[in-house]
Amino acid sequence: MLSPSTMQAVRSSGAIPNAAFLLEVSGVGKTFPGVVALDDVKFQLKRGTVHALMGENGAGKSTLMKIIAGVYIPDGGQFRLRGQEIRLNSPLEALENGIAMIHQELNLMPYMTVAENIWIRREPLNRFGFVNHTQMRANTQKLFDELNIDIDPEIQVSELSIANRQMVEIAKAVSFESDVLIMDEPTSALTDREVTHLFKIIKDLRGKGKGIIYITHKMNELAEIADEVTILRDGKYVGTEAASKLSRDDIIKMMVGREITQMFPKEEAKIGDVILSVKNLTLKGVFSDVSFDLRKGEILGVAGLVGSGRSNVAETIFGVTPATSGTITIEGQAVKVSSPRVAMAQGMAFLTEDRKDTGCFLVLNILENTQMAVMSQRYVKNGFVQQKALTAASAEINKALRTKTPNLHERIENLSGGNQQKVLVGRWLLTSPRILILDEPTRGIDVGAKAEIHRIISNLAGQGVAVIMISSEMPEVLGMSDRILVMHEGRCTGILDRTEATQVKIMELASQ
Amino acid sequence: MSAENPAQTAAAPATRRKMPPEFSILLVLLGITLAFEALGWIFVGQSFLGNWQRLQIIILQMSVVGIIAVGVTQVIITGGIDLSSGSIVGVTVMVAASFAQSSEATHLIYPWAADLPFLVPLLVGLGVGLVGGMINGGLISYTGIPPFIATLGMYVSARGAAKWYTKGQPISTFTPNFDILGGTLDIGPVSLPVPVLIFLAVALIFQIALSYTRYGKFTYAIGANRQAARVSGINIQKHLLLIYSIAGLLAGLAGVVAAARQDSGQAGMGVGYELDAIAATVIGGTSLSGGVGRITGTVIGIVILGVVTSGFTFLGIDAYFQEIVKGAIIILAVIADQYRQGKRGKA
Repeated sequence: MLSPSTMQAVRSSGAIPNAAFLLEVSGVGKTFPGVVALDDVKFQLKRGTVHALMGENGAGKSTLMKIIAGVYIPDGGQFRLRGQEIRLNSPLEALENGIAMIHQELNLMPYMTVAENIWIRREPLNRFGFVNHTQMRANTQKLFDELNIDIDPEIQVSELSIANRQMVEIAKAVSFESDVLIMDEPTSALTDREVTHLFKIIKDLRGKGKGIIYITHKMNELAEIADEVTILRDGKYVGTEAASKLSRDDIIKMMVGREITQMFPKEEAKIGDVILSVKNLTLKGVFSDVSFDLRKGEILGVAGLVGSGRSNVAETIFGVTPATSGTITIEGQAVKVSSPRVAMAQGMAFLTEDRKDTGCFLVLNILENTQMAVMSQRYVKNGFVQQKALTAASAEINKALRTKTPNLHERIENLSGGNQQKVLVGRWLLTSPRILILDEPTRGIDVGAKAEIHRIISNLAGQGVAVIMISSEMPEVLGMSDRILVMHEGRCTGILDRTEATQVKIMELASQ
Repeated sequence: MSAENPAQTAAAPATRRKMPPEFSILLVLLGITLAFEALGWIFVGQSFLGNWQRLQIIILQMSVVGIIAVGVTQVIITGGIDLSSGSIVGVTVMVAASFAQSSEATHLIYPWAADLPFLVPLLVGLGVGLVGGMINGGLISYTGIPPFIATLGMYVSARGAAKWYTKGQPISTFTPNFDILGGTLDIGPVSLPVPVLIFLAVALIFQIALSYTRYGKFTYAIGANRQAARVSGINIQKHLLLIYSIAGLLAGLAGVVAAARQDSGQAGMGVGYELDAIAATVIGGTSLSGGVGRITGTVIGIVILGVVTSGFTFLGIDAYFQEIVKGAIIILAVIADQYRQGKRGKA
């Protein structure tokens, strides 16, 4: 094994001009606490190719790329860069070895100029040790000319469009003379014209012998840009094929192709009258024209890729980010849901997607976490909390949910993710909601807890509660829902009935 | 850990509680006090604790800062900070004093306002503090500027207002019944210092509010996780406005008490009180990250600051040197706080 500096020396000497693969990884595994993110995955990148990486949410694409870019250290596996075995311990080492990642969330400093961003830490200096701005500008211009990028090197990054920022990121990656460029959904925020320009640049880079790893969810991009496709599923390697050999259906099958092995205890609930009616709901710049009806006792599944706007719709219905236009009608009454308080007064409850950011009060105990929402409505007299009754109710709900904890005075941060989730479910059940919105109710929790939460959801629907359940897990959506609303790029692309819904149909609507 | 163990399930309302968090701070107080006691016998040849009068003075001189600290503790529990309390004391002292003068005063600010009942300057002072706090809270809630900046602005402006009010002239000669607010109350044979009574009453009221009311629960929730609090239906803007208004009101109360105790009003009064209040709060175990803290801890923190000041004077140590040590104690308290948090993170 060679150290990065040796590696770099070897690389610049040109001693190994043509290994079979530019980058070759095999047997890669990565475990996060409680989750196996990658298991025995391989990936081979040839020079002068664009290699698409595809898979469902949570398939392990980003984890694999972060390992290749030195962000995560893998639990095991072999890495060969230009035929030489190598081990990367940080993003900096990866960069020095010619591997650059263009992150989904762009990593530029907004109040510095384009040139300063590209050459940061590598600024050309004059003889007094000050930054030589003239030289830096010239270097940037030269780089941009090579890449056909038309951006003023002196402009502040904050003034650039998302597309142009991406161009700057790519130029920065190229400026490291990187051979391997990793792009994580680079077109997700671009217009068609900008995409065309980006593809032209990618093709130029390919022509120069670079290897480009391209993560995407968009089927239509494959034919245009990709030479090869590797597909991951549930953290495992499924296969690699030439892009031209695979049809859209082949890819979807490879991506989802699992059987539904878990049983979902969906009980037949009596579906009642419409309780919530959403018409042309729009949050400007995020999603638009979402319409649907929700009935008592019904479970409406919401599917779609991350970034499709599904969580945003839920947040808007609950008043976290009030709608810019459209109407929300609850039992025939139009309601202006301007804050979560208004939503709660209407009998809504919202289990958010992010346990840590918008769910748990980490430094507070289980009791306090359970009772926080209901106190806006009940268990308070003259400002004083009726703690005895509330403690009893909280204990009862946690018992019903089988929250595993020594006592209610334990801090919630000491619980496992699944048990935290149960406490949060309990928090909302205490408010006796009529409309329950659940965003990824079983994310990151073990199978047993998952089944319990499914059972609870089914029970509630049986009691006439209307449920909206957003989930990235196809089997969960298919198993639990009466109907399934599919979103893609901020629009509702279809609502499928339980009887007609299949994974393939949902994927088609979700990726278009 | 076996999953079958019924003790692992939150069954009946659990009553098992851990040692109150104040316990460790109380031990620190005890340690410091005993250290002074020992040093007293060694270097001064007398008891530190054996002097009842000294103990009274310790509490008395800290009670004005203590009243402020009750408000500051609540602000810090929400994850905020209040730098303006010392300056609000300053401006309150001046305005309250101008309504507290007796007709015997040689220099009357408002000749028509002499010999008013003590309730008038008290209410005026509370009003001034409340307005200051409401401006802080309004700025923080409705413009979104950080509490540090909002209250830093108030820190400067309120001190300016205190000086501008009489163009820097002190105000003196108060009515005797106003002075009682800073004096003692004789009940039979016992004479109780009024500032201490006010401090303890205020501390008790807000400890009860924090522990047993919705106001208190929401205060902790906002400090623990603002986003989660919002999603749980808490009106964060309204609540923060209330929190900073209460902090202002208490600073106003502290200002009135300070004026009565000094029997004069000077624009420079209350300088540095905001930092003492923050120090006492932090020493008392309230976390600057928010969500954690109790008034009882702050009261102990106040006593610790008082004991340190009084102990050093008792030992005859240079007043300037005392400040150096006080600074070090604050730093140690925060390090201890970080350590507690760090341990929590690893668990």
